[in-house]
Amino acid sequence: MRPKLKFLTDELIQKIINEAIEILCKIGIEINNQNVLSLLSGKGVRIKKSRAYFTEDIIQKALKTAPNSFSLYDVNGNEANDLSGYNINFTPGSAALHILDYNTQEIRNPTTKDYINFAKIVNQLKYIASQSTAFIPSDVNEKISDSYRLFLSLLYCKKPVITGAFRIESFEVMKNMQIAVRSSGKTLKEKPLTVFSCCPTSPFKWSDVTSQNLIDCAKYSIPIEFISMPLSGFIAPVTLVGTLIQHTAETLSGIVISQLANPGTPILYGGSPAIFDIRYETTPMGAVETMMIDCAYNEIGKYLGLPTQAYISLSDAKQLDAQAGLESSMGATLAALSGINMIAGPGMLDFESCQSLEKLVLDNEICGMTLRMVKGIEPKEDFPAIPLLQELLKEKHLLISKHTRTHLKLEHFFPGQVINRANRPRWIEEGSTSLKERAHNEVEKLITSYEPTKISKEIQKELIQLMETEARRYGQEKLPDRDLSHCV
Amino acid sequence: MDIILQKISEYLQKGDEEKVFELTKQAIGHNFDTKEILDNGLIAGMNIIGEQFKKHEIFLPDVLMAAKAMYAGMDQLKPLLIKDGIQGMGKIVLGTVHGDLHDIGKNLVGIMLKGAGFEVIDLGRDVPAEKFVDTALNEQVKVIGLSALLTTTMSVMKEVISILKVKDTTNSIKTIVGGAPLSKDYAKEIGADAYAYDSANAVESVKELIGVN
Repeated sequence: MRPKLKFLTDELIQKIINEAIEILCKIGIEINNQNVLSLLSGKGVRIKKSRAYFTEDIIQKALKTAPNSFSLYDVNGNEANDLSGYNINFTPGSAALHILDYNTQEIRNPTTKDYINFAKIVNQLKYIASQSTAFIPSDVNEKISDSYRLFLSLLYCKKPVITGAFRIESFEVMKNMQIAVRSSGKTLKEKPLTVFSCCPTSPFKWSDVTSQNLIDCAKYSIPIEFISMPLSGFIAPVTLVGTLIQHTAETLSGIVISQLANPGTPILYGGSPAIFDIRYETTPMGAVETMMIDCAYNEIGKYLGLPTQAYISLSDAKQLDAQAGLESSMGATLAALSGINMIAGPGMLDFESCQSLEKLVLDNEICGMTLRMVKGIEPKEDFPAIPLLQELLKEKHLLISKHTRTHLKLEHFFPGQVINRANRPRWIEEGSTSLKERAHNEVEKLITSYEPTKISKEIQKELIQLMETEARRYGQEKLPDRDLSHCV
Repeated sequence: MDIILQKISEYLQKGDEEKVFELTKQAIGHNFDTKEILDNGLIAGMNIIGEQFKKHEIFLPDVLMAAKAMYAGMDQLKPLLIKDGIQGMGKIVLGTVHGDLHDIGKNLVGIMLKGAGFEVIDLGRDVPAEKFVDTALNEQVKVIGLSALLTTTMSVMKEVISILKVKDTTNSIKTIVGGAPLSKDYAKEIGADAYAYDSANAVESVKELIGVN
């Protein structure tokens, strides 16, 4: 049996949805983009100034055309993320402004070199299903800082990419890069390579950029994750149910826009809500209530028959310490038990603002453990038990029993070197290492053991050409140096 | 190295008892040097297994399967080794000390030592102190391995070592101790020559004690 966690009754879920629909019909949603307003108006949505007022019928129709599930495919076209049912896929927390330097332990602005190291590591982490454009390189013109991340990701890591555009103009090149990898728009539609984050602004608003990104993605059937961010007690009701109502309304508004723009556009029912800690004026992602809201809106998404996403399994700690471990593993455990399909968080510290390579390799182990956990407890050649137990009495151990050899690696999860399970004398003999030291060693090992992906020279060439042209548009003549030993 | 010895090593690594038995028999039939079969076939295979185990590439069951395959080969080589007067890795006497009935760990150490090519005389559990020393002297062993799980029986190890010091006049027999409540410091305190924290470490420590790699 797959273990499952539930916070809401179906009755309460339905009540929340009804309330959210009423909000969208009565209060409406503010949209600061003329193209989107015209599109909605053309589809029969009542528009008054910059506010759109939906009807229950329009909302229900949109919920019917949104796919129940979809998959993401890696750069080679192989299925990598199955976003259906209770399947879980981990992806690193995205768009951090800073990096915690794994050598100096200094928190600083990341560069191209950091990004490449990150991509090299993610490429090899077994329990991280997709990559994300995890931080923003500061050594390029800021107008290409979004597309440049996707460019590096596609060059150095084979996994599908969770990304997003910071500007309306960036979408074009980011879409073209994906078509370059897939060879045509048609193949890209059949085998999605990325998910774009599109964020409404709480309360009940869509900005010019994000709503335009939304309809641009829809046009090319590029999957969208809706990231509504109500903050309990600040720009959302303090109660968890109140926050859920607001989150539902904001997310439904995105679903309607995407499905009116292009029915059948794949979407993730996602978000990044948080409570607001009035003592520090911060939005703790490691707060248990934040995690509860995440798990609960995932239940609402599932109730609506949609695949889900959340920023959970991350921490507000400023360094790789016990707080980082406890908040991340608590989040990962709850998310896994709730069956959140895309779990975004690994590597992230400091309120989604700082990535750490060392934390990422630790989080990879947390992901591995939770992936094992959700496989649950299933009987396997366990009945009748007497023959095996007779073997035990005879042999005095079952270490080399056929039963052990058949089931060992499936029943027991073996974490990597970051987690220490040696007895104390062995731990001492092996250097009495701290978790930080082991994570550091693992980071160094993975950067060295990286092998280039199988992306073809032609595609690499095309990506480089697209990126260089884009950079030149904004006056950047030369891209920062990359280690291009495997590239053209 | 000849292909047949290479194959012995490979099948041993896979834990294929039957194949190792068959190939060792063939090698003997082809008049291979006994020592060569042992060193370049069986022990060569076990050394690779040992390395992989240390690097966490394989797990304990894989090592034990390989050890079992090693016995299959050794059983055939043994009479020839004796006949040719070839020294194997040497003899070890092993047991859980008097008052202690916990022998799982000790058994594991025994399997691993045998797997590494040692001849193991297992005295079982609840073994009186004198018996360790007398057996060691009679059988001309190189090492005595002592195991205990209880804090109350740890002290018996000290007794064994004291008796040995009196009876082993040439001071040629080494001692190694192990078990959950023990530590390197305690081993030193009671005058043991070595301490091992697990079964794989026991093999390494014993090899070190008698000066083989």
